[in-house]
Amino acid sequence: MSESVSVRVNGKPVTVRAGATVAVAVLASGATCRTSVTGQPRSPLCGMGTCFECRVAINGEPQRRSCQVLCEANMEIEANG
Amino acid sequence: MDSVKHLRFDVAVVGAGPAGIAAALAAADSGKTVGLIDDNPAAGGQIWRGAQNVQRHSVSAVWLERLNKSAIQLVRGARVFHAADGELAAESDDSAIQISYGKLILATGARELYLPFPGWTLPNVMGAGGLQALVKSGLDIAGKRIVVAGTGPLLLAVAAYARKCGAKVVGICEQTTRPRMARFGMKMMLVPGKAAEALHFAYELRGIPHWTDCWPVAAFGNRRLESVRISRQGQTSEIECDYLACGFHLIPNVELPRMCGCQLKNGFVDVNEYQQTSVAGTYCAGEPTGIGGLELALVEGEIAGYAATNWEDRAKHLFPKRARYQTVVRILKAAFPLRPELKNLARPDTLVCRCEDVSHERLCEYTSWRAAKLHTRCGMGPCQGRVCAPAAEFLFGWQIDSVRPPLYPVRCSSLAAIPSHSVPRN
Repeated sequence: MSESVSVRVNGKPVTVRAGATVAVAVLASGATCRTSVTGQPRSPLCGMGTCFECRVAINGEPQRRSCQVLCEANMEIEANG
Repeated sequence: MDSVKHLRFDVAVVGAGPAGIAAALAAADSGKTVGLIDDNPAAGGQIWRGAQNVQRHSVSAVWLERLNKSAIQLVRGARVFHAADGELAAESDDSAIQISYGKLILATGARELYLPFPGWTLPNVMGAGGLQALVKSGLDIAGKRIVVAGTGPLLLAVAAYARKCGAKVVGICEQTTRPRMARFGMKMMLVPGKAAEALHFAYELRGIPHWTDCWPVAAFGNRRLESVRISRQGQTSEIECDYLACGFHLIPNVELPRMCGCQLKNGFVDVNEYQQTSVAGTYCAGEPTGIGGLELALVEGEIAGYAATNWEDRAKHLFPKRARYQTVVRILKAAFPLRPELKNLARPDTLVCRCEDVSHERLCEYTSWRAAKLHTRCGMGPCQGRVCAPAAEFLFGWQIDSVRPPLYPVRCSSLAAIPSHSVPRN
């Protein structure tokens, strides 16, 4: 598969390969996923939907596990790390 | 409000990894309706994550093609969060799903055990399987420096995979001892197919340092990982790296089996020779019954699928094959026991619960998991203790003895969709 898909992470355009997850787009953008309850930046730990560290807002819907959601064209991703 | 879907299957299988796929296919042989429910965006579980992109005729491609050609209904992106009275409640992105079934097969797989050490919450410190899952999901690691650490054969698989993807694997830190590792290698040679696998890994990993008696002591970095300090045979040294892939072997996902009432034995789901649990009509296959790897998961899945559709003779036919691979469970257990030094990695201010940011010193005030939860919120965040509870079990020796619905954080509308007769009464 050589096709790619473009999304925006915190307003910044990011292109990843088709079939990539939102977590991959966030990491590729250089952002971190979320801020912990005491203010620490966090990014994916488990990569498989268990740890909830990769939560971001996708198209305005908060608290989505970015490692379990595939990128779709023009997705707006907000990572608050 | 979200829509509510109602599904009914003769056989419902939860978990579309190898065990679940094998179970579903075996059950479908009987002509019964089979549903295969999974949280992930595609079937394959973690080991076959992203397998849609690999070459044809590989083991994963063959199984996934069989699944695609079958009449099995695959319910993807669905998290099962409640089970009661012969029904499962699940949630997908856009709907609540009520699933009723005749027989139930639980193939919920395993996750990694993570042990807290200073800096383990820094971005780019990931699970070993975690990094691999992200790479399979599209993460580009070409040219990145990676330290792989923890314990178990997964470290070798992850290191080999990372190198194949263009990463520079700086070293593999294995906490077990050299003699145990050597015994593990020799015993695995006797398991069908494993000698070839071992030689393959030896070739793929040539030139990469493999340190035994070695573990991470601390990770450093400003907002993301920059280096890791390791202890190697008592000496510490610091290594610069972009990723630390760190996992201390696998632990079974027994939350749903527990909620279904299945009895556990030594932390694993107790099953009879037909993979049936203590609950009549409910079966379990794969890692929740014992960490044994791909081949064992496949054969256990097939046995469960046949047994659940009353094909005992077909199931029985597979018993000798299962017995051959069950030796792997024992070999793994003997080779990678966690050493007590790992209990001392966490400093007083090291977080144990990453959801609620609860430190080690706060947990030290309590004598049980329940008391720690009630007073500190440890284990009460979104992951529901999936990360910190097994760590606390290792660090403090606490019994983690309860599961409560919902098993995952869910939308209110999904809770409202549960029929009143199966609403939890406690």
